[in-house]
Amino acid sequence: MLRLVPRSPPSRALTLAAPFVALALTIVVGAILFLALGHPPGRALALFFLEPLHGADAWSELCVKATPLALVGVGLAVCFRANVWNIGAEGQFIFGALGATWVAMHADERSHAFLMIPAISLAGILAGAAWAGIVAFLRDRWNANEILVSLMLVYVAEMLLGYLTYGPWKDPEGFNFPQTITFLPVTQVPLLAEGHRAHVGLFVALAVALGAYLFLFRTYGGFQLAVGGQAPRAARYAGFSARRALWTALLGSGALAGWAGALEVTGPLGQLTPHLPVGYGFTGIIVAFVGRLHPFGILLASLLMSMLYIGGELAQSRLGLPQALSGVFQGLLLFTLLACDALASYRILRVPAKRAGAAVVS
Amino acid sequence: MNQLALMLAASVSAGTVLALAGLGLLANERAGVLNLGAEGMMLVGALAGYAAALHLPAGLTILAYLAAAGAGAAMAALFGWLAIGIGTNQYATGLALSLFGVGFSAFVGAGFVDKQLPERGPDGVPWLRDLPVVGPALFGYHPLVYGAVLLAAALAWFLFRSRAGLLLRAVGESPESAHALGHPVRAIRLGAVMFGGAMCGLAGAYVSLAYTHLWVENLIAGRGWIALALTTFATWRPARILLGAYLFGGLTMLQFHLQERGVQIESHLLGMLPYVATVVVLVLISRRAAWIRHNMPASLGRVFRPGT
Repeated sequence: MLRLVPRSPPSRALTLAAPFVALALTIVVGAILFLALGHPPGRALALFFLEPLHGADAWSELCVKATPLALVGVGLAVCFRANVWNIGAEGQFIFGALGATWVAMHADERSHAFLMIPAISLAGILAGAAWAGIVAFLRDRWNANEILVSLMLVYVAEMLLGYLTYGPWKDPEGFNFPQTITFLPVTQVPLLAEGHRAHVGLFVALAVALGAYLFLFRTYGGFQLAVGGQAPRAARYAGFSARRALWTALLGSGALAGWAGALEVTGPLGQLTPHLPVGYGFTGIIVAFVGRLHPFGILLASLLMSMLYIGGELAQSRLGLPQALSGVFQGLLLFTLLACDALASYRILRVPAKRAGAAVVS
Repeated sequence: MNQLALMLAASVSAGTVLALAGLGLLANERAGVLNLGAEGMMLVGALAGYAAALHLPAGLTILAYLAAAGAGAAMAALFGWLAIGIGTNQYATGLALSLFGVGFSAFVGAGFVDKQLPERGPDGVPWLRDLPVVGPALFGYHPLVYGAVLLAAALAWFLFRSRAGLLLRAVGESPESAHALGHPVRAIRLGAVMFGGAMCGLAGAYVSLAYTHLWVENLIAGRGWIALALTTFATWRPARILLGAYLFGGLTMLQFHLQERGVQIESHLLGMLPYVATVVVLVLISRRAAWIRHNMPASLGRVFRPGT
């Protein structure tokens, strides 16, 4: 009979090692999965874990996908630390993109990039924060569960995106395709290097991670937020406002998801289509956990998840496997990570059956 | 009158998905476990049922439903092993299950998208279903529709009239006390979670085999999450789950009805209706925080570790 006995304090080495152990386990399970499907696992795994690192172009693509993931992930880490379960970042991402699109569509020849790009970012931030603000308001005012409300709003945002791109925002010269006009070059987020798609959003993500680090670990507000999340009673006793933590967490994560959406639509995409959401908002949840809810860890985790995204695309184009494969890997990774985490704070002891029976009575 | 009966029938048929899943989730939440993986379990169940039905002769469709329930229960067992066995965070583990289920069903299901099931005969009781008004309103349903009603009654009896049900609720209210009395808290929770998973799998198969009669990626489209909201809406009571499910079913049918009547609303905007309604209802129910607290299983979502 096996029993779990708490380690006190939780093993720090194991806590940091958990993501790597989880990744190794995921690779093993992935290899078994490929074998079962009749693909040589070596070649398939190389598509996921080696190919995305090969060459400057590959790294540029890695950064293109890591940027929104890092922004979303950092915001969600703040939320989860405050024990606020915002799982609707996908909707906030879409709303940010809608806000940015609205501004970008109003650009003309006289617009200036120096004004245009901050305006687009601001529109994305405000739109994302507003969409998350609904969740905060309903939770604060009427006690409505934030998990369910934030998720329902993802579906609403997707429908709204469909409505706008098929309806009022459709490009009149777009051969009836559901897409907006191609945005003018002044709205284009500056690229890092000519010929590659990576853009300055990467620096935004780095700066946001640093800012979040300072907020969480170096300010009183961040401390209050974390105490409220880990020990609500202690926070109440100390007079820390749970309402303020709720609003900060949701508005902050909504703003970052919205910013990610704004950068995505005016960066690599250049126009709004119904295919904008590819799950960055949901993958951001995994990024936050794999990154140990720590802003710097999240930067690394976002690169890893970006790799899995690209691996999924490569598996589709080269092996004809469905792209959903990246979702399988992401889900597996979160599973194994949670299991490894539990083992970092608990050790498994083998207890003789008789003693175990006695332990139940005690 | 006949029109009204048909509308009722459509609402009940659509609501049965939510009823089946909601009743299963209700049982595991009564045991104190919140499994956010409903969406993933329903998707995998829907796919398992569909795949099985394609390979089975027409008379054995019931085995496809069993396969779906088994797949859902297996997914739930995975969740249970982590969240109950080694005590991981229930929210995060449930989310992982949903994300995994969405990816896994899309991946494995890609080969089934263009495969069609053989035609199915009309549902319901022969002769009786052809009666005017009462025919469509009472006798024209898929067997699982009646199954959901029976399940609600059985679950209500089990939870509030049987000794085992009392024990299940005790585990949900105070696992420490149940443990101190010598009851196997974690085994009971695992059983409840697997029952929830089986019902979610069955609900998924009802969608793919009976309701839409096809498989596409992300077939469930958020119904798992609505079913989770339904347990709060019903304040954890089986009869109210049934009622709530039919109300929501009616709402989803409303959009098609409005379109048929030629009401000029864009289909995307109409499509928002069930999701917006879920939020509105959730707000209306949750407004009275004390009432929710009074009805909610006290240990819901909390990890229980014996001996700590």
